[in-house]
Amino acid sequence: MASERMTGAEIVIKALVDLGVEVVFGYPGGAVLPIYDALFKQNRLRHILVRQEGGAVHAAEGYARSTGKIGVVLVTSGPGATNAVTGLTDALMDSVPVVCLTGQVPTHLIGNDAFQECDTTGITRPCTKHNYLVKDVQDLGKTLHEAFYVAGSGRPGPVVVDLPKDVQFAEGDYEAPQSAAHKTYKPRVKGDPSAIEQAVSLLASAKRPIVYAGGGVVNSGDKGSQLLTQFVRMTGYPCTLTLMGLGAYPASDNQFLGMLGMHGTYEANMAMHDSDVILCVGARFDDRVTGRLDAFAPDAKKIHIDIDPSSINKNVRVDIPIIGDVAHVLEDMVKIWKSKQHRADGKALDAWWDRITEWRAVNCLKFKQAGDIIKPQHAIRRLYEATKDRETYITTEVGQHQMWAAQHFPFDRPNHWMTSGGLGTMGYGLPAAVGVQLAHPDALVVDIAGEASTMMNIQELSTAMQYRAKIKVFILNNEYMGMVRQWQELLHGGRYSETYSEALPDFVKLAEAFGAVGLRAEKADQLDDVIAEMIACDNAVVADICVDPAENVFPMIPSGAAHNDMLLGPEDEKAKPVSEDGMVLV
Amino acid sequence: MENQEIETHTIAVLVDNEPGVLARVVGLFSGRGYNIESLTVSTVSEDKTVSRISIVTSGTPMIIEQIKAQLDRLVPVSAVHDLTEEGAYIEREVALIKVAAKGPERRESLRIADIFRARVADTTVDSFVFVVTGTQEKIDAFTELMRALGGVEVSRSGVVAIARGSEVL
Repeated sequence: MASERMTGAEIVIKALVDLGVEVVFGYPGGAVLPIYDALFKQNRLRHILVRQEGGAVHAAEGYARSTGKIGVVLVTSGPGATNAVTGLTDALMDSVPVVCLTGQVPTHLIGNDAFQECDTTGITRPCTKHNYLVKDVQDLGKTLHEAFYVAGSGRPGPVVVDLPKDVQFAEGDYEAPQSAAHKTYKPRVKGDPSAIEQAVSLLASAKRPIVYAGGGVVNSGDKGSQLLTQFVRMTGYPCTLTLMGLGAYPASDNQFLGMLGMHGTYEANMAMHDSDVILCVGARFDDRVTGRLDAFAPDAKKIHIDIDPSSINKNVRVDIPIIGDVAHVLEDMVKIWKSKQHRADGKALDAWWDRITEWRAVNCLKFKQAGDIIKPQHAIRRLYEATKDRETYITTEVGQHQMWAAQHFPFDRPNHWMTSGGLGTMGYGLPAAVGVQLAHPDALVVDIAGEASTMMNIQELSTAMQYRAKIKVFILNNEYMGMVRQWQELLHGGRYSETYSEALPDFVKLAEAFGAVGLRAEKADQLDDVIAEMIACDNAVVADICVDPAENVFPMIPSGAAHNDMLLGPEDEKAKPVSEDGMVLV
Repeated sequence: MENQEIETHTIAVLVDNEPGVLARVVGLFSGRGYNIESLTVSTVSEDKTVSRISIVTSGTPMIIEQIKAQLDRLVPVSAVHDLTEEGAYIEREVALIKVAAKGPERRESLRIADIFRARVADTTVDSFVFVVTGTQEKIDAFTELMRALGGVEVSRSGVVAIARGSEVL
């Protein structure tokens, strides 16, 4: 293909179109004017004007995670770039493919403390998978294609391309590259066959096996989830998922033990602790999952499949590491299991399931909904009942509501659950919901939120209105920064320092001020009607669900405790005080 | 239990010679709390597109493994070699050491330099600048001796290292 001569700004548009981009989330400013001018003159890319750059990155994350495509962000220099930093860090922690184009002052002014200048590549170096400063328009096309390749391949992540204004004006040649291969960056997708064979043999000989899978399965595409499901079903082994992995294995299946970790189910954590073989698939032994490291699954041999070698042996020493893409490795495992005619140890497995059934009988997610006061868990259960038969995407903010959503809203398919897991970014859910809704205009998109998180990016409701994104913000309003309050109750003698949500707005009026619909449920008997009205509403909705302010998230593995040392409910809270050692952990 | 003993490793990292690559490597060490005992960098390929970074670092075996995996994950990094683990290797450092001394101390400094095969790179009536090449330990020893003789200023290159044998990276 012959190269074409055009300005840097035009190259940006052309490259994005060539790369299959349809939507760009952005906010204009001085240093990206040439690109916005080029955007104005075309109709291939749809630009979504957010209200703050942080919202643009979260919206792109929501778009990316619900579609499996790369989310694209366009912001200006200086504050545009620094506002994007939280979102970029969020995308890095949760392995979300995002390409963020940032304007920069002209090359001759870089380093001069020019107006709206910041060292974007310096600031974003630790919070991106990679970043670029394009100083020559001749490099621009190639750099953009490379940025997309890096963001989307291997372990996905955010990539920043910093574009000085003079480069956007300069004329250069553009040619879509033939191949995306990179000189030094070559992620490994196929696993080592001998390690895979070893892993399958070990799994076949297990007496108390468990499959622990995470977000890597979702990132591996639909095939990843299908193969995981196939493997778990053919072995008959129990399966647990991390917060990031929810939906990768159908929650309605009997072999699913629920989420594991700090607020995971009793059965999932007990099974992890007592297992003799753990197959970790696309998860990273995060501290929220392992609890006390030296007491984590003490008798288990561990197999770890991950595309990122640095995830292996980072927190927990594993016995069989397999570096590769989850779908590729699982495909091999399924094949080997079949061809070697492996069969699970039936007697041992029955005994193992008997124990799991006993743990399940504890019914660790139980709660009492009685009287007028709405329990937050009940609100989520009712939301699930009302939405389970339609195409529903859930985003969340961060805190108690997020954990209740993870516990009480089951997902049978991947890419329908978008939450900020690694970074724990309050304010993620609302803009993420906008991104999801724009990718899936006919689906129901609900941001399960808390009142404090909602206030962090409420301005993006205006974006939702502008593009008729009919998102539903379902606020479990307990008038507290609930998760922090819960820790203050458990660890700091009930001294609720600065966690009361003072001077809250009237969310119904607030919604109306934006042109959205505001609804409120104050009593349990109003809940179903409000949910039904919210779902039926042909507009963005803020539903203010006034819930029990004293409710805590259980079960809970307190900091510094082991998996088999869980708090199951308020009764345990007094019986098992958290140790001084645990108090210093987050 | 894990082996918690602190080991010192010399790691050779081959990188694309592009702006910011050193900042990426250094930022990785500071951001994740790893130690850098010595770090040197220079282009090494004929066309100047590849640089070699030699790093001396220390940590438990698990940390050393993490350091290598994290380095390898950086996009412009093409190869990471743990010389300490991969077999015999040669390690050298160059130091320029200025010794300000008069009389018998000045003469003694010259005699010690001779023992250490240090060369004189510059002289005035009351000072020498020595060039000394060798392992870190040798340069440490030489510097210590010189400190006893007068005012000493030290400029060291940091460690460069290469594996023995015919294999070429």
